[in-house]
Order: sequence, then C-alpha cells, then structure tokens
Amino acid sequence: MTSDTRPPRLTKRDLARLITGIENGDLNALRTLHEWYGHAGGAHIIGVTGAPGSGKSTLIAALTRLARSRGQTVAIVSVDPSSPFTGGAILGDRIRMRELFEDDGVFIRSMANRGALGGIARSTADIVTALDAAGYDLVFIETVGAGQAEVEVAHVAETVIVVEAPGLGDDVQAIKAGILEIADILVVNKADREGAERAVSTLQAALELAVPSAGAAGHHGYGALHRVESPAMAPPDWRIPILKTIATEGDGVAAVLDAIARHRQYLEQGAGARRRAQRLEHEVTLRLRDLLLKRAMQQIGPTRYHTLIEACVARKLHPQEAAQELLNALVRDDGHAPAE
Amino acid sequence: MTPTPEATRPLRILIAKPGLDGHDRGAKVIARALRDAGMEVIYTGLRQTPEMIAAAALQEDVDAVGLSILSGAHNTLLPRVVELLRQNGMGDVPVFAGGIIPDEDVPGLKAAGIAAIFGPGTPLSEIVAFIREHTPSRHPIANRDS
Repeated sequence: MTSDTRPPRLTKRDLARLITGIENGDLNALRTLHEWYGHAGGAHIIGVTGAPGSGKSTLIAALTRLARSRGQTVAIVSVDPSSPFTGGAILGDRIRMRELFEDDGVFIRSMANRGALGGIARSTADIVTALDAAGYDLVFIETVGAGQAEVEVAHVAETVIVVEAPGLGDDVQAIKAGILEIADILVVNKADREGAERAVSTLQAALELAVPSAGAAGHHGYGALHRVESPAMAPPDWRIPILKTIATEGDGVAAVLDAIARHRQYLEQGAGARRRAQRLEHEVTLRLRDLLLKRAMQQIGPTRYHTLIEACVARKLHPQEAAQELLNALVRDDGHAPAE
Repeated sequence: MTPTPEATRPLRILIAKPGLDGHDRGAKVIARALRDAGMEVIYTGLRQTPEMIAAAALQEDVDAVGLSILSGAHNTLLPRVVELLRQNGMGDVPVFAGGIIPDEDVPGLKAAGIAAIFGPGTPLSEIVAFIREHTPSRHPIANRDS
C-alpha cells in the first residue's frame, strides 16, 4: 500500500528496533527519539481503555480496518501486565488483530507494563512519539485491562475511548471516579448482549452526575502529578457520546471512528492546545522526578539507603522520616542547610 | 531502589502456531513457562501463515521465535518461516519448534535453519535454557538470572 508516509529509509525493521531501544532505555535510541521529536505531532493519538474482556483489542482491530479503507495508516501499541513475581509477561492482544499483520500501512507493537501502574508502561509515551514521527496517521494505545484508577493514558492520548460491556459492572461501578472521567468517547461494546440498554442508560446517568460544575475540577484530591482535565468537566462544547458497537461484526464502528475525527476537530479549535500543555507539564514533572530520584540514589549510596530501610523494617522510623532523613543528608552533602 | 535500565531487559519471544490444527495447549504451556522465566511472550493465536508470523516477529522485534505445530505440515511451513525471517533481515533470530515432528524429519528441518526441535515431554527448563543460550548476542544482560 502506498499511503504509508514513514520517512524514507525508515523500514518497519528500523522502527521496531528503535522501539526496543526506547523500551530498554538505550541511550542511542533515546537520542534518535529526541532528534525526531520535532517531526512528531501529526498523528492523532487515541487511548482505548476499559475492563478486561470489554473488547478493546477487537474494537481497535475493527477501527483500524475501517481507517485503512479510508486511506489512513495506523499504529497500535497494546499494553499487557508484567508478572509482579517474575517480570515476565504474556502479550496476547495480537490474537484479535490477525488480519492486520501483513498490512503495510499497519504497525502493531505489544508491550508489557514492566511494573508501571496506571495502565500503560513508562516508555509508552516515547514509543507513541516514535510511531507518530514515523508518519502513522492514527496511533491507538490499548491499555492494560483497566478498572477505576488506570488513568495514565489520559496523559498520553489526545482522545480517550472508554469501552464498557454489558454485565461487567453494576451501576455503582460506573459512577466511581477515575476511568469514566477521562472518557472523551464512551463505547458500550457487545451491544447484542442482554443489558446493553441498561449499560447505556447507566452511563448516561453517570455522565449527568459528573458534569455538575467545572469548578469542582480543582478539588479532586489527586496530587499535581495525577491530575487530568476531565472531559466530563470541560465546557459543554464537547458532548461525550455514548456509542453502541458489536466490534466482532463491525457494527457501530463507523460511528466511533467518526466521533474520533470529530473530537480531533474539537481539539483543533483550541481545547487541544490547553490539554497538550497540561500533558507536557505532567510529562516534564514526571521526568524531573525520575532524574532527581536517580541522582539522589547515586549520591545517597546503597549502604546509607539500606540502613534506613532496615530502621523502617524494625519500626524505629516511619517511612516518611526515613525519606526526610535521606533528603537532609543529600542537602548536607551539598553543603547547604537541610530543608524542612 | 529504582532498577537501572540494564536490569529491566526481558527477552521478547514470539510463540506462534502455523498451520491449520486447532490445539494450542502446548503453545500456551510454553508461553506460560517462558513468562515464568521472566520473558515477554507475544502469543498470536491459532492458524498463522508463515507470512503472518514473520510480520509479527518483525514488528515486535523478538529475540527468538517458537513454533508449535501438530498438523503434519511442518516440512513446508517451518522452513518458510526461517526463509521469511532471513528476507526481513532477521536471520540471526533463532527459530525453535515443538509439537508432533517425526524423528526422520528432524535433520531436514535443522538443515533448513530450525535451531532446535523439542518433542513432547521435553522439560520446560530445557527450552528456557536453550533460549537463554542462543540469544546472548542481542541482549547480553538478559542472560542473567533474576
């Protein structure tokens, strides 16, 4: 297929290896990524999240088929959980995307979350940037099967689709804060199943509850690092659609793809710039935190660190006191007065 | 403590089922064993063509490919996977196979580039050890025991 617009000489093989390098923190790969950053920004980045079994992979496959028939190229990043015990993982989202494997205008990458909380991996944002810079028109991020708190994808994606399926949760689940509040588009998949109408009306009711006043957005109880601008609390110029699909049959999928395109138009009218700035602020803050921690750990050294951990184990120190003591030691090493 | 980048570098292994047989219990057992050995296993499901397997291996940038086959079509399908990997510049990626493969077919498959063939009853630890041994050039650190 000729609509593939990757930069010349960048084969799928090159892109795949670059992604591996990014995932493993390889310095050369990261340098390339930083050089490419200026070329990224053209793709529409779409997060797809929802409970395990709601049909995220099948929906993405159906959306991709349709987008391809409309001449768009598509990259998919699918995240599955790593085992907390062995670090290994079984990445099985491709099972539902088999007919896309050989399409030259589609790139699918499975990744393990490698212990990260929040539904995606630490390197997912960078991998999405690489796919974006490589010229794919749409980049889908499929999160780990998510429940209520896996909202990290909202910091990476421009448009977030939350997929529900009938019978997966009762009314109270839908009202809980978190995952529902990051939705730009709500999809009730498996709409041929009993309970689909009820799921739609439950979501409708939950949305109405969530909209009360934009002023509430500042009092979420999240730290600055975790705050997401909730589409449900944005000015009412974007109405969150609730769409029914039967992804296995392709039913309703066109309406979802149309809603994705409409949401992008909405973002381009101004809301997108604000969200992008907020996303980048979050990302810079996270990365600063990582760098500070790394440098602090180097300076503290393992001996001092483990001595304090043992003090916590023996309950001689509260973890907060241990952390404060480490910080004080850092500042003393720098020759400054300890901060309180 | 925050792990260094080098410490978090699991091997990525594609487990695929070429051909038309509909039983993937064996493939799933292998996938699980590799996961338990700390590897990231991409499992693509039943009825894969060699072209699909090679395309997945390419995009996923895997360190090894494991093929489970019970259909009897191994003499055509397995060498074809090796051939396609080579065409994609992935000739250095070891391909191993398991399932029902008669002894007399083994020399031909090995000559065609299949690195190892594990029959029924092979201890899973042997497969794990094989993968660790045959992938050092790509990911030196992944060999360490974790």
